[in-house]
Amino acid sequence: MPANFAPSADDLLRFAPETILTIAGTLLMILDPLFAKKSPRMFGHLTIAALVAAIIASVSASAVPGLAFSNLLIVDSFGTYFRILVLCIGILSVLSSYAYLEREQAETGEYHALILFSIMGQCVMVTANDLIMIFIGLEISSIASYILAGYLRNDKRNNEAALKYFLLGSFATGFLLYGVAVIYGLTGTTQLTAIRASLNTPGTSLMVAGVAAALMFVGLCFKVSGAPFQVWAPDVYQGAPAPVSAFMATGPKAAAFAIFLRIFLTAFDRIADTWAPVVWACALASMTIGNFAALTQKNLKRMLAYSSIAHAGYILVALASNSEIGTAAAMFYLAAYALMNLGAFAVIVYISGKGEKHLQIEDLAGLGQKQPFTAAMMTIFLLSLIGVPLTGGFFGKFYIFKAALDSHLVWLSVLGLLNSAVAAYYYLRLLVVMYMHEPGEVTNALEAPGPALQAALVLPVVGTLFLGVWPATVLSFAQSASAFVK
Amino acid sequence: MNLLEILIAVPAAGFLVALLMPRAQEQFVKYFTLGVSLLVFVMSLGLVSGYESGKTGQQFAHNVVWIANPDIHWHVGIDGLSLWLIILSTFLTPIAILISWKYIHKQVKEFFAFLLLLEFGLIGVFAAWDLILFYTFWEVVLVPMYFLIGIWGHDRRIYAAVKFFLYTMAGSVLMLAAIIYVYTLSGTFDYATILELFRSGRITLNHTQETLLFLAFFFAFAIKVPLFPLHTWLPDAHVEAPTAGSLMLASVMLKMGTYGLVRFCLPMFPNAAHENAGWINILAIIGIIYGALVAMVQPNMKKLVAYSSVSHLGFVVLGIFSFTQMGLDGAVYQMLNHGISTGALFILVGFLYERRHSLAIKDFGGVATAAPWLATAFLITTLASIGLPMLNNFVGEFLILQGAAQAKFAWTAFAAIGVILSACYMLWMYQRVFFGPLSDEVKHHMPELNLREWACIVPLVVMMVWMGLYTQSFLPPVSETNTQILDQIRPATAGLGSPGSAGGALVNGGNLHAR
Repeated sequence: MPANFAPSADDLLRFAPETILTIAGTLLMILDPLFAKKSPRMFGHLTIAALVAAIIASVSASAVPGLAFSNLLIVDSFGTYFRILVLCIGILSVLSSYAYLEREQAETGEYHALILFSIMGQCVMVTANDLIMIFIGLEISSIASYILAGYLRNDKRNNEAALKYFLLGSFATGFLLYGVAVIYGLTGTTQLTAIRASLNTPGTSLMVAGVAAALMFVGLCFKVSGAPFQVWAPDVYQGAPAPVSAFMATGPKAAAFAIFLRIFLTAFDRIADTWAPVVWACALASMTIGNFAALTQKNLKRMLAYSSIAHAGYILVALASNSEIGTAAAMFYLAAYALMNLGAFAVIVYISGKGEKHLQIEDLAGLGQKQPFTAAMMTIFLLSLIGVPLTGGFFGKFYIFKAALDSHLVWLSVLGLLNSAVAAYYYLRLLVVMYMHEPGEVTNALEAPGPALQAALVLPVVGTLFLGVWPATVLSFAQSASAFVK
Repeated sequence: MNLLEILIAVPAAGFLVALLMPRAQEQFVKYFTLGVSLLVFVMSLGLVSGYESGKTGQQFAHNVVWIANPDIHWHVGIDGLSLWLIILSTFLTPIAILISWKYIHKQVKEFFAFLLLLEFGLIGVFAAWDLILFYTFWEVVLVPMYFLIGIWGHDRRIYAAVKFFLYTMAGSVLMLAAIIYVYTLSGTFDYATILELFRSGRITLNHTQETLLFLAFFFAFAIKVPLFPLHTWLPDAHVEAPTAGSLMLASVMLKMGTYGLVRFCLPMFPNAAHENAGWINILAIIGIIYGALVAMVQPNMKKLVAYSSVSHLGFVVLGIFSFTQMGLDGAVYQMLNHGISTGALFILVGFLYERRHSLAIKDFGGVATAAPWLATAFLITTLASIGLPMLNNFVGEFLILQGAAQAKFAWTAFAAIGVILSACYMLWMYQRVFFGPLSDEVKHHMPELNLREWACIVPLVVMMVWMGLYTQSFLPPVSETNTQILDQIRPATAGLGSPGSAGGALVNGGNLHAR
């Protein structure tokens, strides 16, 4: 029977979101010289339209679940969940970019195209069924993010962030790739399910598999900014443009966690006893380092960077629990985390001003009096980050620590929860400054946020409260999806 | 939606509506919130009239699924333990609004809105029968109080607010861990079901598990009470909070801790409770004496009242961990008494502060000459607070001491020192503030009570007398519920032969041979 290289219609539908994003991204590059002067806002509109179309495509693709392109891709509800998540992250990032780019006079098609490419890479990652596809997706996503981190070419901090991110990122990708090579040498395949089957055959050297897992763990731990591979995060998040930091702290991280879960729970399930203690230690280290380092920060972006390290630690707790419920908890947490983090970064975009001059915590002084609406939104994000009930952050933590206790990780849970009490201190500090300090120069000069920024604040608030009051809808979906991975 | 749920919903709706009102309409916001809180109070009296005594279990209960996965319910209901605490919350909220009427000048709308949010949380805490629902309300209460202290407090308000939040948070995350652990054992968050599972022996905890779970819950509640040596947040929070904040904090929020002990710690972990009662009671007694001694040397009136709270709450804990009917009845009664009398003290100290703009005792003197009615109200409250017979605190303290004596006489002997000391520090403060030479400073700044202030203090004074003279209006439902709680924890204790079970048997001998 002759090989049939033409993809089937179903395969194309399964790949539709990525196709849409690629076409839209390319189109933006072409349109850039034509519209950059006349109507720069159009780029943003077009990007959002493409992202919405991709969401619709993801939903329709989920109607035909299955493998595509010679088993390289897998469209399951796990992949669909993360596709929709990263696409929504994209929309919120673009919404908060409008004001920022206008202020910096840097509205280009290039910026939006890069965002689309990065998200496209993430979509590939989360639906990949093959280590090579994972690697390709990761590279597409990472390279676009490296450029985005240095988007304002004339800004020194942007350049520093981009260079650091690039050098360390490539190094980490090298580890990942080396792990892929080792596992290929051992099992003769790069497909996750085939690797799993191969490791389950008696006689396979589990030690070599352990080496491969360790190498991949290093690469992935870097991507999710988990300790001890977290050192790049504060510098990069601080240096990159605020909306890009928001994007990097959520989108690539969510996708990286998705492949983390897929690789370790599918391919390396057999040697779970070996890697679970390592994840345990990394989770604890990330939470502790992130939270304690954040305590002393004065710069808002840096503080959120450390906080995102701590949050990565919470999600690693879910991974350490190595169960379906843990996977579902991680999925839920990533959604809640993305919403509250994007919202908090949108507030930073709002107050930072031209050239991001106002990034100190003190710059929020009196926001509660001057801009009560924005301050109220920020309060909800902060309460969610602390993990106060009725917000998404609470149920995120709740599910994670429930999964951990189900897996008898009692001490990790207790230490993690105590960590979240420590974290309350630095989030509270922002509340203190916003509501209990007299308005300063910065807040006095603020004008009400524009419609796009308002949307970038209100949508995450709605999402956060929804996840806090009716979490079951999202969790049930995540739970049914997590069965596919394990 | 039953009456209890309406009581929870109305303050929440009031909070949202108040937040949406225009900033300029300050006066209207005040009247609106006062109206809402009075409405809630009047409706809450329906709980009293609708409460059927002699019925076991919860009343006004409603149980629906809130979150399907994991199984979290919106389960509310009251019994004799929570009934009066809810009434206390609804009773004091209008008073808190009224005393802040002239005192709050910045961000007026938010202040009054937060008082309604606080009321919502407090009613919810006492009504919740699902552990996660309870935890939710427990945390919801934190938020408005944090802002009340932090925005409208005195000079060191930020330090006090953050300390308050972090202390409570540290305790409550441990409680959350314990709640989730109980869930992994029982598969439910529904408190009544969990109790049933524990009692029927379908879930058995080993010794370590029970002790650790008990301690996790106990720690969260002990911080809130606060039990010595976890009390250090309290003086700061009280001194820095605005009067309404101190009032709600002392009168109702501290009771969340003692309520939690009676509601959750005792019935869920009876063996651990008995085993640990020894050192807990010693800490309670240390708190009683230490709080009183520290109160005696305070130069600041508010701090004095705050330390007196540490002392009074020590009695409540002692009563709870005596495991006797009298001790427990006294403890619950004393929760209410302390709410009324200490609340009144904070209000009166607030009146003095608004007149003189100082809290230091040395800045006063001879106030009785300038404002005799204010002095009279203060005197009645002082006497109530030190436990004069015919006023409310006497009943509570007497029952607690009697109950503790049934369990172990030494406890009563030491705790009684606290009663004597309380008379010392309160009367000494009264003497220095109200008698003595009247300085010009005080004379010119000490008008008599005005109508609004009368309206705040008279209901409290009436309650002090009523609760002191006619306990039958309040105590029967409390006793009934306490009897049930003691019944629940007795079977497990019989084997241990702890002093508590013997004491319980004295009061409730009839129930013993039923087993």
